[in-house]
Amino acid sequence: MALQVGLAMEIAELEFKSIQYRRTILSIIKHANAGHTGGSLSCVDILNVLYNQVMDITPQNFASTNRDHYVHSKGHSVEALYTVLADKGFFPVSVLDTLCQAGSHFVGHPTRKVSGIEQNTGALGHGLPVATGMALAGKQDGRDYRVYTTMGDGELTEGSVWEASMSAAHYALDNLVVIVDRNTLQISGRTEQVMRLEPLAERFAAFGYAVRSVDGNDITALTDVFGHVPFEPGKPNLVLARTTKGKGVSYIEDAADWHHHVPSDAEFAVAIQEFQEAEKYWREKYGLLESR
Amino acid sequence: MVSLSLGKPNQQVFADTLLAFAQRDRDLLVLTSDSRGSGRLVHFGEQLPGQLVEVGIAEQNLVGMAAGMAAAGKRVFAVSPACFLTARALEQVKNDVAYSDQRVKLIGISAGVSYGALGTTHHSLHDLAVLQAIHNIDIVVPADNFETRAATAAALDHPRPLYLRLGKRAMGDLHGAGTPFAIGKAITLRMGSDVTFVATGETVQPAFLAANLLAAQGIEAGVISMHTLRPLDEAAIFEAAQRSRALITVEEHSVNGGLGARIASLLVQSACMRPMRIVGIPDEYTWSGSQQEIFDYYGITPGGLAQTALALLNGIGS
Repeated sequence: MALQVGLAMEIAELEFKSIQYRRTILSIIKHANAGHTGGSLSCVDILNVLYNQVMDITPQNFASTNRDHYVHSKGHSVEALYTVLADKGFFPVSVLDTLCQAGSHFVGHPTRKVSGIEQNTGALGHGLPVATGMALAGKQDGRDYRVYTTMGDGELTEGSVWEASMSAAHYALDNLVVIVDRNTLQISGRTEQVMRLEPLAERFAAFGYAVRSVDGNDITALTDVFGHVPFEPGKPNLVLARTTKGKGVSYIEDAADWHHHVPSDAEFAVAIQEFQEAEKYWREKYGLLESR
Repeated sequence: MVSLSLGKPNQQVFADTLLAFAQRDRDLLVLTSDSRGSGRLVHFGEQLPGQLVEVGIAEQNLVGMAAGMAAAGKRVFAVSPACFLTARALEQVKNDVAYSDQRVKLIGISAGVSYGALGTTHHSLHDLAVLQAIHNIDIVVPADNFETRAATAAALDHPRPLYLRLGKRAMGDLHGAGTPFAIGKAITLRMGSDVTFVATGETVQPAFLAANLLAAQGIEAGVISMHTLRPLDEAAIFEAAQRSRALITVEEHSVNGGLGARIASLLVQSACMRPMRIVGIPDEYTWSGSQQEIFDYYGITPGGLAQTALALLNGIGS
């Protein structure tokens, strides 16, 4: 369901949310002493724009199948998803204190026992086939919903990604929006050293996608690109979101070591300081003197 | 020797039954991985082209897409050779279907050693073992056309993910039309105080015929069609164990991790000890031949099973 301009959140508010989301992500990872730090910080702007600006998914309509759908294929970056779902009202943010605690449903990868999660993910290369099935069902039923899925770039070496890509193009699923969190890092290092992915845009185009590249940490750019879906009628949409892994915390940015590293007390204090500076910069940028 | 009237291949009965239901329900879909021919679904695709989704030779995508379509409200039957469906796509079965509780019906066709001399790549002798180790997927292995028809109907509204395992050769009819059928409820074909065969799928037929051979020798042999491995009809097994001096399980599967191993585990842990044999495919490079020739080689025949019963009973005395 297309961007609803009347309800559209101001870019400034979304940017403010991203700062708060990053603080929550790091806080719950610190509290749990576990989590996928770099990838969550990398993809949180994408989730922010999708859930707050683009997708029609709310606690109120979640029980219906006739709404937009989201599958978090890069399931390890669950802390970003939990944070955004809490902000959307699916559950109180306080329950994220149970992340990875014994008996909690908030395990380290998404499960449907958590309100707002549609599909259990965590093993890579699974989200796109499932999203493709959802999109095909929507086409068959003449629904106008769209299906969104976010994959990591390291995930793209899974063969099932390309199996599903063939199906998405074959069935002309222009209601499918595939986002690749292209932060160029995976657990062992640079994607291009682990297994070459480039030329990625050309590869996706060759598989039949309409491809758009975007700065995946830029709220304005993300809002704009999702507003142009479908990019080409009859083709699945591929958003190549060029991101920085660990975005928003200086010492975590673009560092493979921080894939699932947990900050020390001192590192955490530095990050909180940087979030406060980001808020200050945000207020100055928008001419706001009052603290929110 | 008693003979059975010959029916159709179970996977043909499945396809025919499903077509009848699909003609009344446009949300009922079949997904295939270039498997519509072996799945006897060519006619289905011709009759209802909008309800057959082809994914190509891509079993992982088959199961993932099936989960997505089920999540979107469709009643989905994903049909693929059992050997590929439960090995190549096992992680999708585990995560996308079972763990995610998407009520997909996974139809493993040409199961066991149905493909015969095509060899081990095409045999599924592991599927019951691996699926029993995965939570939240029920497992049904019909013996004959009646059980297949009834299991297909029961699968439609089954409240959990389901694996239906089917073979490709024409099967003899074991049951009368009025036989009650429910997933999870074994069918007792005959009772016997000496030995009971607990068989599943296409091996029920030789077990049934073996019981007739034994009857001619004064041995009372019972036969149970254990068409459901999960949920397992434990009561039927305990009743058979109490009724008979010995048990023989029979399956077109590895002797490791299948029906026999499951029943042995149940009985031992319940301190219900009975002399027992597990008949299936042993842990070795499977001898090559047609399905029937493989059954002959491993004693999954009326004569072979009767011999196994006699040897077991002789060993324990009267």
